[in-house]
Amino acid sequence: MSGVEVVDPGPLSTLQDRGRRGWAHLGVPRAGALDRGAAALARRLVGGAPDDAVIETTMGGITVRTRRAVTLAVTGAPCEVRAGGRAVAHGAPVTVPAGTLVVVGPATSGVRSYVAFAGGVDVPPVLGSRSTDTLAWVGPPRLAAGQALALGMPGVLPEPPDVVVVRRPGRVVRLARGPRADWMDAEAWAALDGATYAVAADSDRIGLRLDGPRVPRRAGELPSEGIVLGAVQLPPSGQPVVFLADHPTTGGYPVVAVVEDDDLDLCAQLRPGDEVELRVV
Amino acid sequence: MVVVNLVRVGARACLVEVEDAVTAASLATWARESGPAADEIVPAATTVLFDGVDPAEVAAALPHWSRDAPPARGPVVRVPVTYDGPDLEAVAAHWGCSADEVVALHTSLELVALFSGFAPGFSYLSGLPAERSVPRLESPRARVAPGSVALADTWCGIYPSASPGGWLVVGTTDVVLWDADLPQPALLAPGTRVRFEVAG
Repeated sequence: MSGVEVVDPGPLSTLQDRGRRGWAHLGVPRAGALDRGAAALARRLVGGAPDDAVIETTMGGITVRTRRAVTLAVTGAPCEVRAGGRAVAHGAPVTVPAGTLVVVGPATSGVRSYVAFAGGVDVPPVLGSRSTDTLAWVGPPRLAAGQALALGMPGVLPEPPDVVVVRRPGRVVRLARGPRADWMDAEAWAALDGATYAVAADSDRIGLRLDGPRVPRRAGELPSEGIVLGAVQLPPSGQPVVFLADHPTTGGYPVVAVVEDDDLDLCAQLRPGDEVELRVV
Repeated sequence: MVVVNLVRVGARACLVEVEDAVTAASLATWARESGPAADEIVPAATTVLFDGVDPAEVAAALPHWSRDAPPARGPVVRVPVTYDGPDLEAVAAHWGCSADEVVALHTSLELVALFSGFAPGFSYLSGLPAERSVPRLESPRARVAPGSVALADTWCGIYPSASPGGWLVVGTTDVVLWDADLPQPALLAPGTRVRFEVAG
């Protein structure tokens, strides 16, 4: 069913659902929307199912043209949204006619905005998911100019919520001790708790690289072992890396901590240069 | 009663530590067939990660695992190799033999894929004798060509796609290691037995 055409994908726009499960033992990352709460809200606003694929943009937004009347909603990183030249609300469903140019502008704060269409973006799933993983590029390729995206059959629009609660992005990331917590001594833990780090420029869907106080740890190497979402690896440089959805499935640096699940959506919206406080719980 | 070490990984995952990769593969095979429900079961060199589980359930299930349970015994896959790798002579020097003898030994082994990782389709193949262990390159190459057959420590691996790499490359193959459109996308899934042969 024809749906929308990508006019300008911006710096990086991908399709994401809830990710791929059950393939990590073959080296396939989970992928899936990085800001899970924002993606779920976008789906809900257009009456979508939990597994519907949405577009995840990165900083610069995306421009699409509708090929039929479409209901859509934009959530996540705040940005200007214009449909046919008119401003439309962020975080609310809007129905536009065929031929409408929809401009999802650059994020004014945060990183990733989500664009959901009623019916969901209908591309063939790869290994059970319509998510693009940017480590191994399993799944549909990144969106490109001129690409047509089919949409599924729209469901019934839900009653819109009276109030959409958008959590003000915090600046605290809470950590639980990880499987290799003993690679850091008590002094290193005390120094890490409450320390402030800046998000490095080479952060991406694979991980947040943090610049800040060097965390000392035991020397040596660890045999490769399985890695979870939110794992905090500590390479010999002493600069922690927080693994996000496209993380490698195994790795050899010690995982000293794991980010609390509730704080992963915040991690998805941290920009290079943003400061975060790490707090050990 | 099997005594193993279980290490918590956040609220919904744990690592089970065992002594080697063969045991990890055995535990993972058992867990897939009769262990606790998990989103992911990821064997590695000396651990098995259980992700998307209640760690207490894993702890309760582990005593039912017999350490003697064999790892999965998969099909034999023959991999033709052109032994023209840039590190073939270096491997020969480590082993104190000729390049021809490296090829003869490598093609005489039956290796077993014990675990994957690093990239989809990359398998850690076990079976190189301990005395044939080789070090990694001091400085990894920025780009290793797809299909490179390489050694490190007592492991053998084939790079499924172009990537940086620090293993010693002895040759190249054109087998397809990864095809996401297939029901079994990895050619060398854990348990697969691998025999290398000189490409004709």
